[in-house]
Amino acid sequence: MSGVGTLELSGIHAGYGDFQALFGVDLRVEPGEAVGVVGPNGAGKTTLLRVISGLIRASAGTLRFGGADLAAVPAHELPVLGIAHVPENRRLFPQLTVEENLKVGAYIKSARARFQERRDHVFELFPRLKQRRHQLAGTMSGGEQQMCAIGRALMSGPRILLLDEPSAGLAPLVVQQVFDLVRRIRQEGLTVLIVEQNVAQVLRVVDRAYVLETGRVAAEGASAALAADPAIRRSYLGGALSAWIPSCWRPC
Amino acid sequence: MDPFLLEAVLNGVLLGGVFALPVLGLNLVFGVVDVIWLCYAELVMVGMYIVWFLHTQAGWPLALAFATCLPAIAVLGLLLHLLVVRPLLAAPPINQVLATGGVLFVLQGAATLVFSTDFRSLGVEMPPIELGEVFVSGTKLAAFVAALLGAAVLWAFLKFTYVGTAIRAIARDREVMPLMGVDPHRIYLIASAAGGALAGLAACLLVVQLDVHPFVGLSFGPITFMICVMGGLGNMLGGFLAAFLMGLIVSVGGFYGDTDMSYVVAFLFFILVMFIRPQGLFTR
Repeated sequence: MSGVGTLELSGIHAGYGDFQALFGVDLRVEPGEAVGVVGPNGAGKTTLLRVISGLIRASAGTLRFGGADLAAVPAHELPVLGIAHVPENRRLFPQLTVEENLKVGAYIKSARARFQERRDHVFELFPRLKQRRHQLAGTMSGGEQQMCAIGRALMSGPRILLLDEPSAGLAPLVVQQVFDLVRRIRQEGLTVLIVEQNVAQVLRVVDRAYVLETGRVAAEGASAALAADPAIRRSYLGGALSAWIPSCWRPC
Repeated sequence: MDPFLLEAVLNGVLLGGVFALPVLGLNLVFGVVDVIWLCYAELVMVGMYIVWFLHTQAGWPLALAFATCLPAIAVLGLLLHLLVVRPLLAAPPINQVLATGGVLFVLQGAATLVFSTDFRSLGVEMPPIELGEVFVSGTKLAAFVAALLGAAVLWAFLKFTYVGTAIRAIARDREVMPLMGVDPHRIYLIASAAGGALAGLAACLLVVQLDVHPFVGLSFGPITFMICVMGGLGNMLGGFLAAFLMGLIVSVGGFYGDTDMSYVVAFLFFILVMFIRPQGLFTR
Protein backbone atom coordinates (compact mmCIF):
# COMPACT_ATOMS: atom_id res chain seq x y z
CA MET A 1 0.00 0.00 0.00
CA SER A 2 1.29 3.42 -0.85
CA GLY A 3 1.09 6.10 1.81
CA VAL A 4 -0.29 9.62 1.66
CA GLY A 5 2.51 11.20 -0.30
CA THR A 6 4.38 8.26 -1.73
CA LEU A 7 5.72 8.64 -5.24
CA GLU A 8 5.81 5.33 -7.03
CA LEU A 9 7.08 4.56 -10.50
CA SER A 10 7.01 1.04 -11.83
CA GLY A 11 8.19 -0.18 -15.19
CA ILE A 12 8.32 3.32 -16.70
CA HIS A 13 9.25 3.46 -20.37
CA ALA A 14 9.49 6.90 -21.98
CA GLY A 15 11.23 8.85 -24.69
CA TYR A 16 11.00 11.49 -27.37
CA GLY A 17 9.54 10.29 -30.64
CA ASP A 18 11.62 7.36 -31.85
CA PHE A 19 14.25 7.90 -29.23
CA GLN A 20 13.65 5.92 -26.06
CA ALA A 21 15.31 7.30 -22.92
CA LEU A 22 13.87 5.14 -20.10
CA PHE A 23 13.55 1.37 -20.12
CA GLY A 24 11.37 0.08 -17.29
CA VAL A 25 12.43 2.28 -14.41
CA ASP A 26 11.16 1.44 -10.91
CA LEU A 27 11.50 4.13 -8.28
CA ARG A 28 9.89 4.89 -4.96
CA VAL A 29 10.04 7.96 -2.73
CA GLU A 30 8.41 7.83 0.70
CA PRO A 31 6.99 10.98 2.35
CA GLY A 32 9.70 12.99 4.09
CA GLU A 33 12.47 11.18 2.31
CA ALA A 34 15.20 12.75 0.22
CA VAL A 35 16.14 10.59 -2.73
CA GLY A 36 18.80 11.17 -5.33
CA VAL A 37 19.06 9.98 -8.89
CA VAL A 38 22.63 10.03 -10.17
CA GLY A 39 24.26 8.90 -13.34
CA PRO A 40 26.18 10.12 -16.35
CA ASN A 41 24.98 12.62 -18.90
CA GLY A 42 22.31 11.12 -21.13
CA ALA A 43 21.31 8.42 -18.64
CA GLY A 44 17.68 9.66 -18.69
CA LYS A 45 17.68 11.57 -15.40
CA THR A 46 15.97 14.68 -16.77
CA THR A 47 13.52 12.55 -18.74
CA LEU A 48 12.60 10.80 -15.50
CA LEU A 49 11.66 14.08 -13.82
CA ARG A 50 9.80 15.26 -16.91
CA VAL A 51 7.72 12.08 -16.83
CA ILE A 52 6.87 12.63 -13.16
CA SER A 53 5.73 16.22 -13.75
CA GLY A 54 3.77 15.29 -16.84
CA LEU A 55 5.81 17.22 -19.41
CA ILE A 56 6.21 13.98 -21.31
CA ARG A 57 4.07 10.88 -21.04
CA ALA A 58 5.32 7.41 -20.20
CA SER A 59 4.74 4.97 -23.05
CA ALA A 60 4.43 2.12 -20.57
CA GLY A 61 4.43 1.60 -16.82
CA THR A 62 2.54 3.19 -13.96
CA LEU A 63 3.13 6.42 -12.13
CA ARG A 64 1.37 7.04 -8.84
CA PHE A 65 1.54 9.80 -6.26
CA GLY A 66 -0.28 9.50 -2.95
CA GLY A 67 -2.19 6.56 -4.37
CA ALA A 68 -3.51 8.53 -7.38
CA ASP A 69 -2.69 7.35 -10.89
CA LEU A 70 -1.03 10.27 -12.68
CA ALA A 71 -1.36 8.87 -16.20
CA ALA A 72 -4.60 10.74 -16.87
CA VAL A 73 -3.76 13.97 -15.02
CA PRO A 74 -2.77 16.90 -17.26
CA ALA A 75 0.62 18.43 -16.42
CA HIS A 76 -0.84 21.75 -15.22
CA GLU A 77 -2.90 19.96 -12.55
CA LEU A 78 0.07 18.21 -10.96
CA PRO A 79 1.08 21.28 -8.90
CA VAL A 80 -2.42 21.11 -7.40
CA LEU A 81 -1.65 17.56 -6.25
CA GLY A 82 1.51 18.82 -4.56
CA ILE A 83 4.25 18.15 -7.11
CA ALA A 84 6.66 21.01 -7.81
CA HIS A 85 9.44 20.72 -10.37
CA VAL A 86 12.50 22.97 -10.50
CA PRO A 87 13.50 22.37 -14.11
CA GLU A 88 16.94 21.96 -15.63
CA ASN A 89 18.63 25.33 -16.22
CA ARG A 90 16.19 26.89 -13.75
CA ARG A 91 13.95 28.35 -16.47
CA LEU A 92 13.15 31.57 -14.61
CA PHE A 93 11.23 34.31 -16.38
CA PRO A 94 14.16 36.68 -16.96
CA GLN A 95 12.08 39.79 -17.75
CA LEU A 96 9.97 39.42 -14.61
CA THR A 97 11.12 40.57 -11.18
CA VAL A 98 12.01 38.09 -8.45
CA GLU A 99 8.68 38.75 -6.75
CA GLU A 100 6.76 38.32 -10.00
CA ASN A 101 8.51 34.99 -10.58
CA LEU A 102 7.31 33.92 -7.14
CA LYS A 103 3.84 35.13 -8.06
CA VAL A 104 3.72 32.89 -11.13
CA GLY A 105 4.81 30.06 -8.84
CA ALA A 106 1.73 30.78 -6.71
CA TYR A 107 -0.63 30.66 -9.69
CA ILE A 108 -2.78 27.74 -8.52
CA LYS A 109 -5.96 28.68 -6.63
CA SER A 110 -4.96 27.22 -3.27
CA ALA A 111 -1.63 29.08 -3.38
CA ARG A 112 -2.98 32.56 -4.19
CA ALA A 113 -4.62 33.00 -0.81
CA ARG A 114 -1.35 32.21 0.94
CA PHE A 115 0.94 34.22 -1.34
CA GLN A 116 2.22 36.71 1.24
CA GLU A 117 2.78 34.11 3.91
CA ARG A 118 4.75 31.84 1.58
CA ARG A 119 6.66 34.69 -0.04
CA ASP A 120 7.80 35.85 3.40
CA HIS A 121 8.80 32.27 4.19
CA VAL A 122 10.84 32.05 0.97
CA PHE A 123 12.48 35.38 1.82
CA GLU A 124 13.32 33.95 5.23
CA LEU A 125 14.92 30.91 3.62
CA PHE A 126 16.76 33.04 1.05
CA PRO A 127 17.35 36.54 2.50
CA ARG A 128 19.23 37.35 -0.69
CA LEU A 129 15.99 37.14 -2.66
CA LYS A 130 14.35 39.65 -0.34
CA GLN A 131 17.06 42.18 -1.11
CA ARG A 132 16.56 41.58 -4.81
CA ARG A 133 12.80 41.21 -4.85
CA HIS A 134 12.27 44.03 -7.37
CA GLN A 135 15.22 43.10 -9.56
CA LEU A 136 14.69 41.39 -12.91
CA ALA A 137 15.41 37.69 -12.42
CA GLY A 138 17.57 37.54 -15.53
CA THR A 139 20.06 40.02 -14.12
CA MET A 140 20.96 37.93 -11.06
CA SER A 141 23.88 35.55 -10.58
CA GLY A 142 23.46 31.83 -11.23
CA GLY A 143 23.26 30.97 -7.54
CA GLU A 144 20.64 33.66 -6.90
CA GLN A 145 18.67 32.42 -9.88
CA GLN A 146 18.75 28.90 -8.48
CA MET A 147 17.42 30.22 -5.15
CA CYS A 148 14.67 32.04 -7.02
CA ALA A 149 13.77 28.90 -8.99
CA ILE A 150 13.54 26.84 -5.79
CA GLY A 151 11.56 29.64 -4.13
CA ARG A 152 9.18 29.78 -7.08
CA ALA A 153 8.57 26.02 -6.74
CA LEU A 154 7.93 26.35 -2.99
CA MET A 155 5.23 28.98 -3.62
CA SER A 156 2.69 26.34 -4.67
CA GLY A 157 3.03 24.65 -1.27
CA PRO A 158 4.26 21.31 -2.65
CA ARG A 159 4.47 17.97 -0.87
CA ILE A 160 7.31 16.80 -3.08
CA LEU A 161 10.00 18.91 -4.71
CA LEU A 162 11.70 17.66 -7.87
CA LEU A 163 15.10 19.25 -8.41
CA ASP A 164 16.86 18.86 -11.77
CA GLU A 165 20.62 19.45 -11.57
CA PRO A 166 20.48 22.33 -9.07
CA SER A 167 24.28 22.58 -9.09
CA ALA A 168 24.69 22.77 -12.87
CA GLY A 169 26.74 25.71 -14.06
CA LEU A 170 27.44 27.07 -10.58
CA ALA A 171 30.79 27.87 -8.99
CA PRO A 172 31.94 25.28 -6.38
CA LEU A 173 31.27 27.62 -3.47
CA VAL A 174 27.75 28.32 -4.73
CA VAL A 175 27.15 24.60 -5.27
CA GLN A 176 27.89 24.16 -1.57
CA GLN A 177 25.32 26.86 -0.73
CA VAL A 178 22.67 25.29 -2.93
CA PHE A 179 23.09 21.91 -1.25
CA ASP A 180 22.89 23.60 2.16
CA LEU A 181 19.56 25.04 1.03
CA VAL A 182 18.32 21.62 -0.02
CA ARG A 183 19.25 20.36 3.42
CA ARG A 184 17.22 23.15 5.04
CA ILE A 185 14.22 22.47 2.84
CA ARG A 186 14.40 18.84 3.89
CA GLN A 187 14.33 19.81 7.53
CA GLU A 188 10.93 21.37 6.91
CA GLY A 189 9.58 17.92 6.18
CA LEU A 190 9.36 18.31 2.43
CA THR A 191 9.94 15.23 0.29
CA VAL A 192 12.76 15.79 -2.19
CA LEU A 193 13.74 13.96 -5.36
CA ILE A 194 16.96 15.34 -6.71
CA VAL A 195 18.70 14.53 -9.97
CA GLU A 196 22.40 15.30 -10.03
CA GLN A 197 25.68 14.70 -11.78
CA ASN A 198 27.50 15.97 -8.73
CA VAL A 199 27.40 12.55 -7.06
CA ALA A 200 29.72 13.29 -4.15
CA GLN A 201 27.66 16.27 -3.04
CA VAL A 202 24.25 14.78 -3.54
CA LEU A 203 25.04 11.61 -1.59
CA ARG A 204 25.72 13.80 1.44
CA VAL A 205 22.23 15.30 1.27
CA VAL A 206 19.94 12.40 0.39
CA ASP A 207 18.92 9.30 2.35
CA ARG A 208 18.88 6.94 -0.62
CA ALA A 209 19.88 7.12 -4.24
CA TYR A 210 19.35 5.40 -7.55
CA VAL A 211 22.08 5.08 -10.12
CA LEU A 212 20.65 5.47 -13.60
CA GLU A 213 22.61 4.23 -16.60
CA THR A 214 21.31 4.36 -20.17
CA GLY A 215 17.72 4.51 -19.00
CA ARG A 216 17.88 1.66 -16.51
CA VAL A 217 18.37 1.55 -12.75
CA ALA A 218 21.88 0.10 -12.38
CA ALA A 219 22.06 0.29 -8.59
CA GLU A 220 20.13 1.63 -5.65
CA GLY A 221 20.63 1.85 -1.94
CA ALA A 222 21.29 4.02 1.10
CA SER A 223 23.60 6.95 0.40
CA ALA A 224 26.27 5.71 2.78
CA ALA A 225 26.24 2.27 1.22
CA LEU A 226 26.48 3.67 -2.30
CA ALA A 227 29.24 6.06 -1.28
CA ALA A 228 31.17 3.08 0.11
CA ASP A 229 30.54 0.81 -2.88
CA PRO A 230 33.85 0.32 -4.71
CA ALA A 231 32.20 0.20 -8.15
CA ILE A 232 30.33 3.44 -7.54
CA ARG A 233 33.42 5.06 -6.11
CA ARG A 234 35.41 4.09 -9.17
CA SER A 235 32.77 5.26 -11.64
CA TYR A 236 31.40 8.39 -10.00
CA LEU A 237 33.43 9.50 -7.05
CA GLY A 238 36.98 8.85 -8.18
CA GLY A 239 36.78 11.58 -10.75
CA ALA A 240 37.33 9.18 -13.65
CA LEU A 241 36.54 11.30 -16.70
CA SER A 242 35.24 8.32 -18.64
CA ALA A 243 32.24 8.19 -16.33
CA TRP A 244 31.03 11.48 -17.77
CA ILE A 245 31.05 10.38 -21.35
CA PRO A 246 27.67 8.73 -21.88
CA SER A 247 27.77 5.23 -23.25
CA CYS A 248 25.08 6.10 -25.79
CA TRP A 249 26.08 9.59 -26.75
CA ARG A 250 23.28 11.84 -27.91
CA PRO A 251 23.43 15.55 -28.63
CA CYS A 252 20.85 16.52 -26.04
CA MET B 1 5.36 78.02 -32.04
CA ASP B 2 3.06 78.12 -35.04
CA PRO B 3 -0.42 77.32 -33.70
CA PHE B 4 -1.15 75.20 -36.78
CA LEU B 5 1.98 73.13 -36.23
CA LEU B 6 1.06 72.82 -32.56
CA GLU B 7 -2.37 71.64 -33.63
CA ALA B 8 -0.77 69.06 -35.94
CA VAL B 9 1.44 67.79 -33.11
CA LEU B 10 -1.53 67.58 -30.78
CA ASN B 11 -3.57 65.74 -33.40
CA GLY B 12 -0.66 63.37 -33.90
CA VAL B 13 -0.65 62.49 -30.21
CA LEU B 14 -4.42 61.99 -30.27
CA LEU B 15 -4.13 59.80 -33.36
CA GLY B 16 -1.35 57.81 -31.68
CA GLY B 17 -3.65 57.04 -28.76
CA VAL B 18 -6.20 55.50 -31.12
CA PHE B 19 -3.52 53.54 -33.04
CA ALA B 20 -2.24 52.26 -29.71
CA LEU B 21 -5.29 50.08 -28.90
CA PRO B 22 -5.20 47.72 -31.89
CA VAL B 23 -1.41 47.65 -31.60
CA LEU B 24 -1.66 46.50 -27.97
CA GLY B 25 -4.31 43.94 -28.89
CA LEU B 26 -2.24 42.47 -31.73
CA ASN B 27 0.91 42.39 -29.60
CA LEU B 28 -0.95 40.73 -26.74
CA VAL B 29 -2.24 37.92 -28.95
CA PHE B 30 1.06 37.53 -30.77
CA GLY B 31 3.10 37.56 -27.56
CA VAL B 32 0.96 34.92 -25.87
CA VAL B 33 -0.39 32.68 -28.63
CA ASP B 34 2.48 33.30 -31.09
CA VAL B 35 0.02 33.78 -33.94
CA ILE B 36 -0.55 36.97 -35.94
CA TRP B 37 -4.21 37.86 -36.34
CA LEU B 38 -4.05 39.20 -39.88
CA CYS B 39 -7.78 39.96 -39.68
CA TYR B 40 -7.44 42.21 -36.63
CA ALA B 41 -8.58 45.39 -38.39
CA GLU B 42 -11.60 43.47 -39.69
CA LEU B 43 -12.60 42.57 -36.11
CA VAL B 44 -12.57 46.33 -35.50
CA MET B 45 -14.67 46.80 -38.65
CA VAL B 46 -17.29 44.32 -37.36
CA GLY B 47 -17.35 46.23 -34.06
CA MET B 48 -17.90 49.51 -35.89
CA TYR B 49 -20.89 47.97 -37.73
CA ILE B 50 -22.28 46.70 -34.43
CA VAL B 51 -22.18 50.19 -32.90
CA TRP B 52 -23.53 51.80 -36.06
CA PHE B 53 -26.36 49.27 -36.36
CA LEU B 54 -27.42 49.34 -32.72
CA HIS B 55 -27.32 53.15 -32.51
CA THR B 56 -28.72 54.32 -35.84
CA GLN B 57 -30.90 51.35 -36.88
CA ALA B 58 -32.07 49.80 -33.60
CA GLY B 59 -32.17 53.17 -31.87
CA TRP B 60 -30.11 52.16 -28.84
CA PRO B 61 -28.37 54.86 -26.81
CA LEU B 62 -24.73 55.21 -27.90
CA ALA B 63 -23.37 54.16 -24.48
CA LEU B 64 -25.36 50.92 -24.62
CA ALA B 65 -24.17 50.24 -28.17
CA PHE B 66 -20.56 50.75 -26.99
CA ALA B 67 -21.12 48.50 -23.99
CA THR B 68 -22.43 45.76 -26.30
CA CYS B 69 -19.66 46.12 -28.88
CA LEU B 70 -16.85 45.40 -26.41
CA PRO B 71 -17.98 41.96 -25.17
CA ALA B 72 -19.29 41.06 -28.64
CA ILE B 73 -15.86 41.49 -30.23
CA ALA B 74 -14.24 39.76 -27.23
CA VAL B 75 -16.46 36.75 -28.04
CA LEU B 76 -15.49 37.08 -31.71
CA GLY B 77 -11.83 36.93 -30.63
CA LEU B 78 -12.59 33.77 -28.62
CA LEU B 79 -14.31 32.18 -31.61
CA LEU B 80 -11.42 33.13 -33.88
CA HIS B 81 -9.07 31.35 -31.50
CA LEU B 82 -11.22 28.27 -30.99
CA LEU B 83 -12.29 27.76 -34.61
CA VAL B 84 -9.28 28.95 -36.61
CA VAL B 85 -6.14 29.38 -34.51
CA ARG B 86 -6.35 26.46 -32.08
CA PRO B 87 -6.58 23.73 -34.73
CA LEU B 88 -3.49 25.29 -36.36
CA LEU B 89 -1.36 25.81 -33.24
CA ALA B 90 1.09 23.11 -34.29
CA ALA B 91 1.00 24.12 -37.97
CA PRO B 92 3.76 26.17 -39.63
CA PRO B 93 3.39 29.94 -39.05
CA ILE B 94 2.65 30.58 -42.72
CA ASN B 95 -0.49 28.41 -42.48
CA GLN B 96 -1.64 30.36 -39.43
CA VAL B 97 -1.13 33.69 -41.18
CA LEU B 98 -2.93 32.47 -44.29
CA ALA B 99 -5.84 31.16 -42.21
CA THR B 100 -6.35 34.43 -40.34
CA GLY B 101 -5.87 36.21 -43.69
CA GLY B 102 -8.72 34.08 -45.00
CA VAL B 103 -10.88 35.24 -42.10
CA LEU B 104 -10.11 38.82 -43.20
CA PHE B 105 -11.73 38.20 -46.58
CA VAL B 106 -14.62 36.26 -45.04
CA LEU B 107 -15.41 39.19 -42.73
CA GLN B 108 -15.08 41.75 -45.54
CA GLY B 109 -17.31 39.62 -47.78
CA ALA B 110 -19.88 39.06 -45.04
CA ALA B 111 -20.02 42.79 -44.29
CA THR B 112 -20.49 43.57 -48.00
CA LEU B 113 -23.27 40.99 -48.22
CA VAL B 114 -25.13 42.29 -45.16
CA PHE B 115 -24.51 46.04 -45.33
CA SER B 116 -23.43 46.60 -49.01
CA THR B 117 -20.44 48.79 -49.76
CA ASP B 118 -22.15 52.03 -48.69
CA PHE B 119 -20.35 54.33 -46.29
CA ARG B 120 -22.31 54.46 -43.01
CA SER B 121 -21.94 57.37 -40.68
CA LEU B 122 -22.78 57.37 -37.01
CA GLY B 123 -23.53 61.10 -37.19
CA VAL B 124 -22.12 61.86 -33.78
CA GLU B 125 -19.79 64.80 -33.36
CA MET B 126 -18.68 66.52 -30.19
CA PRO B 127 -17.99 70.28 -30.25
CA PRO B 128 -14.34 71.30 -30.68
CA ILE B 129 -12.48 72.32 -27.57
CA GLU B 130 -10.34 75.44 -27.47
CA LEU B 131 -6.99 75.03 -25.75
CA GLY B 132 -5.23 78.40 -25.74
CA GLU B 133 -4.54 79.16 -29.38
CA VAL B 134 -5.47 75.80 -30.82
CA PHE B 135 -8.71 73.94 -31.45
CA VAL B 136 -8.97 70.24 -30.75
CA SER B 137 -11.76 67.99 -31.92
CA GLY B 138 -13.79 66.99 -28.87
CA THR B 139 -14.45 63.59 -30.43
CA LYS B 140 -10.75 62.92 -30.94
CA LEU B 141 -9.91 64.07 -27.42
CA ALA B 142 -12.60 61.82 -25.92
CA ALA B 143 -11.35 58.88 -28.04
CA PHE B 144 -7.80 59.58 -26.91
CA VAL B 145 -8.75 59.62 -23.23
CA ALA B 146 -10.75 56.40 -23.64
CA ALA B 147 -7.82 54.75 -25.43
CA LEU B 148 -5.43 55.71 -22.63
CA LEU B 149 -7.90 54.38 -20.06
CA GLY B 150 -8.13 51.12 -22.00
CA ALA B 151 -4.34 50.86 -22.14
CA ALA B 152 -4.12 51.61 -18.39
CA VAL B 153 -6.65 48.88 -17.56
CA LEU B 154 -4.65 46.42 -19.70
CA TRP B 155 -1.42 47.46 -17.99
CA ALA B 156 -2.90 47.01 -14.51
CA PHE B 157 -4.29 43.60 -15.53
CA LEU B 158 -0.89 42.44 -16.80
CA LYS B 159 0.99 43.93 -13.86
CA PHE B 160 -1.10 43.06 -10.83
CA THR B 161 -3.18 39.95 -11.46
CA TYR B 162 -1.99 36.34 -11.37
CA VAL B 163 -3.34 35.67 -14.84
CA GLY B 164 -1.71 38.87 -16.17
CA THR B 165 1.65 37.91 -14.68
CA ALA B 166 1.29 34.44 -16.19
CA ILE B 167 0.53 36.09 -19.56
CA ARG B 168 3.80 38.04 -19.39
CA ALA B 169 5.62 34.88 -18.34
CA ILE B 170 4.17 32.67 -21.07
CA ALA B 171 5.34 35.13 -23.71
CA ARG B 172 8.89 34.21 -22.60
CA ASP B 173 8.71 30.51 -21.84
CA ARG B 174 5.74 28.49 -22.98
CA GLU B 175 6.96 24.99 -22.17
CA VAL B 176 7.65 25.54 -18.49
CA MET B 177 4.20 27.00 -17.70
CA PRO B 178 2.43 23.71 -16.83
CA LEU B 179 5.00 23.27 -14.04
CA MET B 180 3.52 26.43 -12.48
CA GLY B 181 0.03 24.96 -12.69
CA VAL B 182 -0.81 27.17 -15.66
CA ASP B 183 -2.92 25.65 -18.44
CA PRO B 184 -1.54 27.34 -21.59
CA HIS B 185 -4.78 26.81 -23.51
CA ARG B 186 -6.72 28.71 -20.88
CA ILE B 187 -4.22 31.58 -21.07
CA TYR B 188 -4.56 31.58 -24.89
CA LEU B 189 -8.33 31.93 -24.51
CA ILE B 190 -7.99 34.79 -22.04
CA ALA B 191 -5.49 36.61 -24.27
CA SER B 192 -7.71 36.11 -27.32
CA ALA B 193 -10.72 37.51 -25.48
CA ALA B 194 -8.67 40.46 -24.22
CA GLY B 195 -7.30 41.04 -27.73
CA GLY B 196 -10.86 41.00 -29.04
CA ALA B 197 -12.03 43.39 -26.31
CA LEU B 198 -9.27 45.84 -27.30
CA ALA B 199 -10.46 45.61 -30.93
CA GLY B 200 -13.99 46.28 -29.67
CA LEU B 201 -12.85 49.37 -27.76
CA ALA B 202 -10.90 50.56 -30.82
CA ALA B 203 -14.09 50.10 -32.86
CA CYS B 204 -16.03 52.36 -30.48
CA LEU B 205 -13.36 55.06 -30.76
CA LEU B 206 -12.99 54.82 -34.53
CA VAL B 207 -16.67 54.67 -35.44
CA VAL B 208 -17.14 58.21 -34.12
CA GLN B 209 -14.32 59.44 -36.35
CA LEU B 210 -14.61 57.33 -39.51
CA ASP B 211 -17.50 56.19 -41.70
CA VAL B 212 -17.97 52.41 -41.67
CA HIS B 213 -17.70 50.37 -44.84
CA PRO B 214 -16.56 46.78 -45.43
CA PHE B 215 -13.03 47.88 -46.36
CA VAL B 216 -12.52 50.42 -43.58
CA GLY B 217 -9.98 48.03 -42.03
CA LEU B 218 -7.59 48.88 -44.85
CA SER B 219 -7.41 52.49 -43.66
CA PHE B 220 -5.81 51.56 -40.33
CA GLY B 221 -4.94 47.84 -40.55
CA PRO B 222 -1.66 48.12 -42.48
CA ILE B 223 -0.39 50.97 -40.33
CA THR B 224 -1.30 48.98 -37.20
CA PHE B 225 0.87 46.06 -38.34
CA MET B 226 3.66 48.48 -39.26
CA ILE B 227 3.57 50.02 -35.80
CA CYS B 228 3.68 46.57 -34.18
CA VAL B 229 6.73 45.57 -36.18
CA MET B 230 8.38 48.94 -35.57
CA GLY B 231 7.88 48.68 -31.82
CA GLY B 232 9.06 45.06 -31.86
CA LEU B 233 6.40 42.36 -32.36
CA GLY B 234 5.05 41.24 -29.01
CA ASN B 235 6.65 44.18 -27.21
CA MET B 236 3.72 46.00 -25.60
CA LEU B 237 5.56 49.11 -24.44
CA GLY B 238 7.48 49.39 -27.71
CA GLY B 239 4.25 49.16 -29.69
CA PHE B 240 2.59 51.74 -27.47
CA LEU B 241 5.44 54.24 -27.99
CA ALA B 242 5.68 53.50 -31.72
CA ALA B 243 1.94 54.22 -32.05
CA PHE B 244 2.52 57.78 -30.86
CA LEU B 245 5.59 58.17 -33.07
CA MET B 246 3.58 57.05 -36.08
CA GLY B 247 0.65 59.29 -35.13
CA LEU B 248 3.03 62.25 -35.03
CA ILE B 249 4.66 61.39 -38.35
CA VAL B 250 1.30 61.09 -40.09
CA SER B 251 -0.13 64.24 -38.55
CA VAL B 252 2.90 66.52 -38.78
CA GLY B 253 3.70 65.12 -42.24
CA GLY B 254 0.17 66.09 -43.27
CA PHE B 255 0.84 69.60 -41.96
CA TYR B 256 3.88 70.06 -44.21
CA GLY B 257 2.47 68.20 -47.22
CA ASP B 258 -0.90 66.64 -47.66
CA THR B 259 -2.39 63.67 -45.83
CA ASP B 260 -1.71 61.12 -48.57
CA MET B 261 1.89 62.25 -48.69
CA SER B 262 2.18 61.85 -44.92
CA TYR B 263 1.34 58.14 -45.19
CA VAL B 264 4.06 57.80 -47.82
CA VAL B 265 6.49 59.43 -45.37
CA ALA B 266 5.29 57.09 -42.62
CA PHE B 267 5.85 53.99 -44.77
CA LEU B 268 9.26 55.25 -45.89
CA PHE B 269 10.18 55.77 -42.26
CA PHE B 270 9.02 52.22 -41.56
CA ILE B 271 11.22 50.81 -44.33
CA LEU B 272 14.15 52.83 -42.99
CA VAL B 273 13.57 51.40 -39.49
CA MET B 274 13.49 47.90 -40.96
CA PHE B 275 16.92 48.51 -42.50
CA ILE B 276 18.46 49.99 -39.38
CA ARG B 277 16.67 48.18 -36.54
CA PRO B 278 14.79 45.16 -37.92
CA GLN B 279 14.25 43.85 -34.38
CA GLY B 280 12.12 46.91 -33.59
CA LEU B 281 12.86 50.47 -32.52
CA PHE B 282 12.30 49.90 -28.83
CA THR B 283 13.70 46.41 -28.42
CA ARG B 284 16.60 46.25 -26.01
